[in-house]
Order: sequence, then C-alpha cells, then structure tokens
Amino acid sequence: MLTTATAASTNAPVVPPVTAAKRMMLSVNNIEVVYNDVILVLRGLSLEVPEGEIVALLGANGAGKSTTLKAISGLLKTEDGEVTRGDITFNGERINGIDPDRIVRKGIFQVMEGRRIIADMTCLENLRLGAYTRRDNGVKDDLDMVFSYFPRLKERTGLAGYLSGGEQQMLAIGRAMMARPKLILMDEPSMGLSPLMVKEVFSIVQQINKDLGVTILLVEQNARMALQAASRGYIMENGKVVLDGTAEELRNNEDVKEFYLGGGNEERKSFKNLKSFKRRKRWI
Amino acid sequence: MTLLFQLLVNGLIVGALYGVVAMSFVLIYKASRIVNFAQGEFLLIGAWTCWWLLTSWQLPFWIGFPITLVFMLAFGVILQIVVLRPMIGEPIISVIMVTIGLSIVFQAAMKWMFGVFAKPFPPIFASPTMNLFGLEVQTVYVMSLLISILIMAGFGWFFKYSRTGLAMRATAFDQQVAQSLGISVRHMFAMSWAISAMVSAVAGVTVGVVNGVSSALSFFGIKVFPAVILGGLDSVIGAVVGGLIVGVLENMAHYLDSQWLNWGNMYEIAPFYVLIAILMIKPYGLFGTKDIERV
Repeated sequence: MLTTATAASTNAPVVPPVTAAKRMMLSVNNIEVVYNDVILVLRGLSLEVPEGEIVALLGANGAGKSTTLKAISGLLKTEDGEVTRGDITFNGERINGIDPDRIVRKGIFQVMEGRRIIADMTCLENLRLGAYTRRDNGVKDDLDMVFSYFPRLKERTGLAGYLSGGEQQMLAIGRAMMARPKLILMDEPSMGLSPLMVKEVFSIVQQINKDLGVTILLVEQNARMALQAASRGYIMENGKVVLDGTAEELRNNEDVKEFYLGGGNEERKSFKNLKSFKRRKRWI
Repeated sequence: MTLLFQLLVNGLIVGALYGVVAMSFVLIYKASRIVNFAQGEFLLIGAWTCWWLLTSWQLPFWIGFPITLVFMLAFGVILQIVVLRPMIGEPIISVIMVTIGLSIVFQAAMKWMFGVFAKPFPPIFASPTMNLFGLEVQTVYVMSLLISILIMAGFGWFFKYSRTGLAMRATAFDQQVAQSLGISVRHMFAMSWAISAMVSAVAGVTVGVVNGVSSALSFFGIKVFPAVILGGLDSVIGAVVGGLIVGVLENMAHYLDSQWLNWGNMYEIAPFYVLIAILMIKPYGLFGTKDIERV
C-alpha cells in the first residue's frame, strides 16, 4: 500500500498542457488543510482552473471535495479549518487566509452544498442578498436576467423555504449570478434532485458559463453529468488529486469508468471480481 | 370612566416605549442570538449622558439629544468590539452571562458617577403637559409616541428593504451563509449593537424626562422581557405588539387593583402572568417564527 502510494504520487498529478492562450484564473498549489488543529483533510492538493471553463472535481464521499471549495472561498474559517501549507492564487493574487466576505468581493462566490437559501425570506430578497457586495446600478437588470433564466422563481412570491428542492437550487444559482462573480464554486448542485431536474440544473450551469463567461469549479457526485458539462476534471481521493485530464480523457479512462461511471472492462463485469479489485486497487 | 381612558392612553404610550426597547432587544437577538440582559442599562446610560450634557454643559435639548444618540452609537460599536467580539464562536450561554456581567458593571458605574438619587431633567418643553382630546398628557409622552412610531416605521423599512437590513436578517438566519454572500458578520454584529444602544437611549431619555433619571430606569430592561417573549423573540412586529400589550395590561391591572381589589402592586406583576398564559398556548410567542421544514 505504502509503496504504491509513493509510486503514484510521483507521476500522478501531471497537468496536461493547456493552450497557452488560456489564463489560469485559479490555481491551488499543494495545499494542506487541517480542521481543529488536528484533523488533516487535504494533504497536498493541487489544481488549476482556466478562465472561462467548467472544471469538475470528482471523488468519493469524504475525499475532501467540499473542503477544497471552502479552502478557496475562505469559508473554512467558519468551520475551524485552516490552510496550513501551500497557497491559493486567484488571478495572480494569493488569497489564502483572507476572510470569506472579502473573497466574495474579489469575485469568487460559493454555492454551498444543500442550497442553503435563506428560508424565511422571499425569492426576491434572497436574490437581492446575492448582490450584497455590489454597488453598481446593474442590480435591477440582473434581477430581470436571473428571472429570464428561471421564470418560475418570479411566480413564487412566498417564502423561499417552501420552494421545491429544484427551485431552491435554481434560487441558489440565481443568487450566485446576482453577485456577478468571476468564479463560481458549485458544491453538488444535483444533490437530492430528480433526474429530470438534474439535467435542467446542469444545462443551466453550462448556459451561464457560456452566456456570462463565468468560470465554474464544480464538485459533483454525479460524475457522468459533471464530465459531460465540464471541459476538464480532477479526481480526488483521500485529500489528494489522483487523476486529472480533459473531460474526454477522464470519460474514456478505464478506472474512472469503473469507479464513477459504472461498467468498464468486460472481465471486471463479475461483481465478485469487481469487489476484490476495488479492495486491492485504490487510487493511491 | 375618564380614569380608565386616561390609563388606556398612558398604557399605549408607555407600551410604545416598551415596544421600542423590545425592538432594540430583538435586533441584537435576531442578528446574533444573544439575549442581552444589559438592555435596561442602555436606557440608563443614554439618559444619564443626555442629563449630563444638559445640566453640566447647559446645552439645549435639541443639541444634547442628538449628541447623546451619536455617543450611544459609538458606545454600542466599542462595546461590541471590546467585550463581545472576542466572544464570537464561544457558546451563546457564555455571551449571555457576559451581558449579565455588563449590566451589573454599568449599574454600579452609573451609581458611582451620578449618585444613587433620582435627578430631574431641566424642563424641556414650554408647558410640561398638553391637552389631547380632553386628556391631560405629558408633552414628552406625546413626543415619545411620535418618536416611537417613527422608529418602528424605520425598523420596518430597514429590515424589509434596506441592503443592510437584509444582510442582518441573513446573518441571523445563518452566519455561514451570510459570509458566503459577502456579508461581514462582525460588521453586522457591531451595527446591531450600535443601533440597539441608540434606540434604547431614546426610550431612556424619554422616561428620564418624565420620572427623573435614576437606576430605576434599568428596570425597563426587565419589563421588556415579557413584551419580547410575548411577541416572539425574533419578531420586530411582535416586539411592538408585545410592548403595547404589556403597557396596556399594566395600566389595566392598575385600574382593576385600585378600583376593586386593593391588593397593591398588581401593576408590576400582571404582565408576567399573562406572559405565562400566552406561552402555554403559543410557545413561539405571538409572532415568533417556527422553523420551516420541508418534508
């Protein structure tokens, strides 16, 4: 186990060459995150997000995906976590250790896991809060824009807490759009939604990426949908990136197929073999 | 009959003051879930500050009063930064204990600085009472009613439409979410204490002008509890309604007591009895929010 780990870590995180024209909007360089001063969650994670793209971050439960997003958005601080090593740069500026509200002002907005809309406010109030950091006059126009993406939110005049799960997710995305961020960190937008709603949410994610030119870092359990929407992907395990590449490469990777997409090699089709294989072979 | 009517009007006026103090209490509770036991002392400090400016500096009321308000604003911010900010992240019960400590410290400090006897305000209005629909009403009460209504309307607008008001509600709902929206939770806390201290001072000065300034003023802080709990701890409208109910109840109890029962001091305890009765029927208070749960 130990030997394979060292072997893998020396050759695994090879970032495939990205076209020189693409500027890296966000780069996370070898960060280590510790909760409560004792629990080591991220152990040397690196990833890069090019401007204008959708990047997917995949991995099993507890791999540290949400922690990665919180480290970037600074919300780690609210959970007694800390980036103890490495650095996070956004548009060339080092941002680790900065308070979350200031990071929002720099243009990074996190759509947290489980929607987290403000249940005892109306849709409109939730959306207006999304634009809290803005001082310009475009807020009204952006409200109309968000309502044109999500017409059904306009009809809902009651409290946001009574919206359906899908509508709440739309509200959460709409709220992020109101902030006009450069980078949206999206944590499991498909959580708890019906398959149809998942499709709708993903098509909207792709649409706002295209229309508004906003870069998106997407954490997902639904690997198939995520790799369809994203242009690049990272796969995490145990607080590290174990595999990365373009979405195309990942979709065709045998291991990814097996672990995240279902299916894979013919000889692994037997459930018995699969289980022993999974036990024997980990990513690290 | 005139006595009853007079008491009703008195009740509404005093109730409006309770409502104002209750609102400033709710403001802190809403923003930070802290039950502020030092609310009554805010009234006291505000009243003494204004009294001091008016007597020692001989300032006219219309200058001294705004200075008091500005002072209280600063006082709230400084109090939050010095005493309460280090407590962020600690269990709420510890913070509540700190406010009890603050209340004792302020009480003692005020007694030390201004003495233990009630001191009257210099006369502010040309005539201390005025005739309103055939009733003798203290001019300052009329002023306080107007100010109370103004403050209530201001609060209503603030929480419904202003950017900061929305941000405060968001902070009250979930601090982590608020931060993810770019709201500085620390600013919100400081602001809620500042506004709360300032609004309480308005009530403090008003009561001080009528009854004279003494540490009895801080008793208001305790009277506000039934008002706040009656209305629901986190509801601004509830605070106003609760305040009015408590004010009217007190005076009605007084009427009942003085006319027939002659038990004495019903005035003081009636609101608390009603409080218990209402909480048995509506545990969240009249307007308190129940948690919305989707099933």
